[in-house]
Amino acid sequence: MKKVALNGAGLLVALFAAFPVYWMIATSLKPSREIFSATPRPVPTHPTLEHYREILTGNLIPGVTFADFFLNSAVVAVSTVALSGLVALLAATAVARFRFRLRTSFLIMLLVVQMIPLEALVIPLFLMIQRLGLYNTLPSLILTYLGFSLPFAVWMLRGFVAAVPKELEEAAAIDGASRAQTFRRILFPLVAPGLVATSIFSFITAWNELIFALTFINDQGRYTLPVAMTFFFGRDDTAWGPVMAASTLFTLPVIIFFLLVQRRMVSGLVAGAVKG
Amino acid sequence: MTTLTDAPETSAARENPARRSRPVDRLPYLLLLPCLVIIGVLLLWPLGQVVTMSFYRLNNVRQLRGDREWPWIGLENYTQILGDPFFLTVLRNTVLFAVANVALTMILGTLVGLLLNRLGRKMATFVASCVMLAWATPALTGTIVWKWIFDDTSGLVTWLFNALPDGLSQALFGRSDWTGYGWFNSPLLFFSILTLVVVWHSFPFIAVSVLAGLKSVPSELHEAARVDGASAWRVFWRITFPLLRPVFGILIVLSTIWDFKVFTQQFVLAGGTQDRPTFMLSIYSYAEAFSPPPKYGLGAAIAVILTAILLVVTGFYVRMVLRQEDES
Repeated sequence: MKKVALNGAGLLVALFAAFPVYWMIATSLKPSREIFSATPRPVPTHPTLEHYREILTGNLIPGVTFADFFLNSAVVAVSTVALSGLVALLAATAVARFRFRLRTSFLIMLLVVQMIPLEALVIPLFLMIQRLGLYNTLPSLILTYLGFSLPFAVWMLRGFVAAVPKELEEAAAIDGASRAQTFRRILFPLVAPGLVATSIFSFITAWNELIFALTFINDQGRYTLPVAMTFFFGRDDTAWGPVMAASTLFTLPVIIFFLLVQRRMVSGLVAGAVKG
Repeated sequence: MTTLTDAPETSAARENPARRSRPVDRLPYLLLLPCLVIIGVLLLWPLGQVVTMSFYRLNNVRQLRGDREWPWIGLENYTQILGDPFFLTVLRNTVLFAVANVALTMILGTLVGLLLNRLGRKMATFVASCVMLAWATPALTGTIVWKWIFDDTSGLVTWLFNALPDGLSQALFGRSDWTGYGWFNSPLLFFSILTLVVVWHSFPFIAVSVLAGLKSVPSELHEAARVDGASAWRVFWRITFPLLRPVFGILIVLSTIWDFKVFTQQFVLAGGTQDRPTFMLSIYSYAEAFSPPPKYGLGAAIAVILTAILLVVTGFYVRMVLRQEDES
């Protein structure tokens, strides 16, 4: 009896959590007349890819298709990941492998800057981007997201670096390897899985971001996906089929990546609160 | 678990004579340099800059480019905001929204965490996977889907209310035809739906964190208490809660920080920055700064107020984390 109640509650929670995602995908596969029918169908009865075809090939503005926004977003996210991964790896190595005077201060600073409300930085960063002449360019976003993703990336990566047994590097040093060689041949390959996990977080940060992309980009051809979606679909018209198809294409990579690394998220954010 | 205080270097490494003979090693500082420059330029400098900007009258993008001068107006931006009754509305919206959302997220998240801990292995995996879906979904698309669910013609909720027997619907809500009903028109309804969206996004993190905490508590304690006939309510407040107090502390502070500056969900749900009665601090700051006519200085002042509030909350957070690190 008690078990039934627990399982029932579990199913309700699962339904509440997963339903919107299901509904997004289901709607994207329904023909328009099914979407706008008076009685909604729980499953698409006549599944179709017409909405996907429409958004991928149709021109949203002359000469610009949805695929272009996809590409803009990908360029920004991948560049952010590459830069932030490199810089974070260097910093994480410093923190995890060396004892130096400002080490603890640096770690506390990392913790504090992660709490800066990024929403409050739109205006001063807009000023900086204007001054640098980067307004309306994708690098303005890459630079911004690099700053946003870096503190968490270092915080997360230092754990991976610290987990690599130091003896390996010492052995390499005894064998005559230089510091650069040790780093490249020993540390880097062993930290690579951690680097992948960290990169995924940076990717998601850059991929999902809306406010700065909305503010720094003026030219519609350079919109990232989130801006394009709010701009073309978020207003009054409600072409829910294409909107849901676009949403699905935007969401799926994030969900897949996220599921790969979600465990790190909890340990990263609740750092040290849960022992074991 | 890695901590602030643990020394990644083993004692063997510290006795390494080669290292001892080199009193100041420049290498760690060199490795940190790019990171420090980026954080300094892209996070700390703008943080200072937003304060500076709040003391000027900046109503033209040419001032930002440096083509025109910046008139210093002291605290005028602040007196203008604080003297405007609308600011009180915004502040009330922000605080009430944050309090309601933190409370609901914590309650739902904790309940789901406790539930996951009690479910059988297969069922727990299934429910946890579904919960992960809500967590992984980007704020943007999650909100768009909820907007579709609340669509006034073909949305699921509209259909659901239309499906109610007319008499019942009439008696309860005073209307039986819900087609065309503006779900987002009254501020209270808008905030209710926004709360639904935000709680849906944020309860998974709480649930998973609470579950992780529960796994670290020896289950004998709970079993013993239950054998002694304690109710689930008592077990939670007498055993689970005190043991997980540090986890709850951090989760509440993090949720407060996040819910205080909700932007994307509100922007998408309201379809832009036109719906002034539902403004909260972050969207208020953005709208003042960027909706024409631009008022960058005024927006900066609002951003400073938001930051100051969050600074206090962050202070609590850092103190808590540092205490954790010391204990472990």
